[in-house]
Amino acid sequence: MNALLLVRVLRDPDSAAALDRAGWNALIAMARAERLIGTLALRIGDRAVPDAVARLLADARLDAEREVRQALWEADRAAEAMAPLGLPVVLLKGTAYAAAGLKAGQGRFIGDLDILVPRNSMQAVERCLLRAGWEWVKQDPYDDAYYRQWMHELPPMIHASRDRMIDVHHTVLPLTARPRPDAAAMMGDAVPITNELYVLSPDDMVCHSVAHLLADGDMAGGLRNLWDIHCLLDGIDPVALDDRAARHGIQPYVRQARRLAKALYGEGARLTLWDRIVVARLLARDGWGRDRRKLLRFAFYLRSHWLRMPPGMLARHLFTKWRKGHRPA
Amino acid sequence: MKHALSLKIGPATFRIGSAWRQPVEALAQLYAAYPDPGNAVADFTVRLEPSGFLRRWLRPSIFITGDHGLADAAPMSLTHGLLAAEMGMNLQMALGWRRHLLLHASSVEKDGRALVMTGESGSGKSTLAAQLGERGWRLMGDEFALLDLETGKIFPFPRLVSLKNGAIDVLAAEALPARMGPLLAATAKGNIRHLVPRPDAVQRMEEGAPPALLLFPRFGHAAAMRGVGQGEVFMRLTQASTNYVALGEAGFAALTRFVQGVPARAIDFPSGEEAIAMVERLWEELA
Repeated sequence: MNALLLVRVLRDPDSAAALDRAGWNALIAMARAERLIGTLALRIGDRAVPDAVARLLADARLDAEREVRQALWEADRAAEAMAPLGLPVVLLKGTAYAAAGLKAGQGRFIGDLDILVPRNSMQAVERCLLRAGWEWVKQDPYDDAYYRQWMHELPPMIHASRDRMIDVHHTVLPLTARPRPDAAAMMGDAVPITNELYVLSPDDMVCHSVAHLLADGDMAGGLRNLWDIHCLLDGIDPVALDDRAARHGIQPYVRQARRLAKALYGEGARLTLWDRIVVARLLARDGWGRDRRKLLRFAFYLRSHWLRMPPGMLARHLFTKWRKGHRPA
Repeated sequence: MKHALSLKIGPATFRIGSAWRQPVEALAQLYAAYPDPGNAVADFTVRLEPSGFLRRWLRPSIFITGDHGLADAAPMSLTHGLLAAEMGMNLQMALGWRRHLLLHASSVEKDGRALVMTGESGSGKSTLAAQLGERGWRLMGDEFALLDLETGKIFPFPRLVSLKNGAIDVLAAEALPARMGPLLAATAKGNIRHLVPRPDAVQRMEEGAPPALLLFPRFGHAAAMRGVGQGEVFMRLTQASTNYVALGEAGFAALTRFVQGVPARAIDFPSGEEAIAMVERLWEELA
């Protein structure tokens, strides 16, 4: 069994009517493991489901409401902390979708607060956040130096009393990655939603989400990210999006994401061989919520590093991490 | 998974999967008198997985996880598989339950009203509840008390009672041997043996009761008793709750009502017999 069951019910919630007990158990476990249980609950809505399912979907809806409340409060606190700088604070990912009231934000699990600020204001932002109660998470000097020299964000910080993480980005992909999306253009076209808070333009939101899913990382949580993309693509002009993606140097990734979103959550699409491998990775989850296809997962883990840095640097990095006792999951 | 079992405990249904036969067999035996969850979809999935490559066969070791899990959970020996399964269910409740305010507390019922006892691990709350459960009280649970958000009643979660170290002999002397689980020697918390609650505790596991008294027991001290102010009770119960923050305003309202309506005392005691006498006396006076 794989996560096609979850994908099918998200695409067509009416199909849940045919599920038996084993089917529901598998669906719920997969949705929790992929952090899509809130989305699933909202997709199923008030369709008739077994009593036990209705109760746990109601729990998931309450959790999702709390997620939004907490995420918006966290954004508000960050804006307050950075107010002296007079900078626009651009919200990214889940918090942005929730703040802008987008379909992608409905029921979404929102972990960290992600914001985008100009690179030359990073030090000032860091000082403001430290003053307002955020602290460093990574104590390791190698990790800290690595983030500062090579990554697209500050090392993660966590708020001492609220226990919530913030990721301060200055661009979209690590500086060592091959594509170089134009973060300044993204910030230039950002749309205000309050006095201090901004979100990316609709096209840039798609580009950012795609870059995160397909040009970076090992596809952990990929079904959720692809659901975001599927929702964000609604109402987007494909030609304008293509142009924007070209400007950011990620046109092939955006095209692939559109095929994948259509294939899994939409009306279907013709897939390439590479698309099919990505789909196999995205669906590698069984009815107990377990990771499946360990080898394929490991291959994508290696790929994520390959995408992030040139070979010599990668070798040095992996060796350093290995000596520190890090082993891939 | 290869071996699986469904259990219903109080309001929650669990689907437990295991890479090994033994933990599921031990559960099936000790939970035999519990109601069959029938065709109900599970609230939670628990998984007992090998903790690493080859760990299914070679020095087998269990990683406890499920719908909710902790990445840094310490692996456990397969000989402690029953304990691992119990911990897996507790973990799901602690991290995932939303239909009541969950208090890390034991509870017992008499004359339709509940006594709630909370405290750190080792405070004696679990042993005390188990002993009262053998002496005319209905055991509602030794680990979690479920505070209903609307009615303010306490609902039972009567899983197996987990007896540790000295408490094992105390209860073995009172309960029938058939109700005692196997001795799990040298776990991270010392020796552990599980006790199956009495039949009435299991049969009435969906029956709640309004709380009438809250105690903060402390074992191993000279007998003493003091009142506890509402502010302190509130703070201690927020710390004793794993879902207080997640429930938001509903949790705040339920806890406020509990704290304002239920008398509270801290009791120190040197032995179980003295504790039981103190509890009975306080119950007469206050409840």
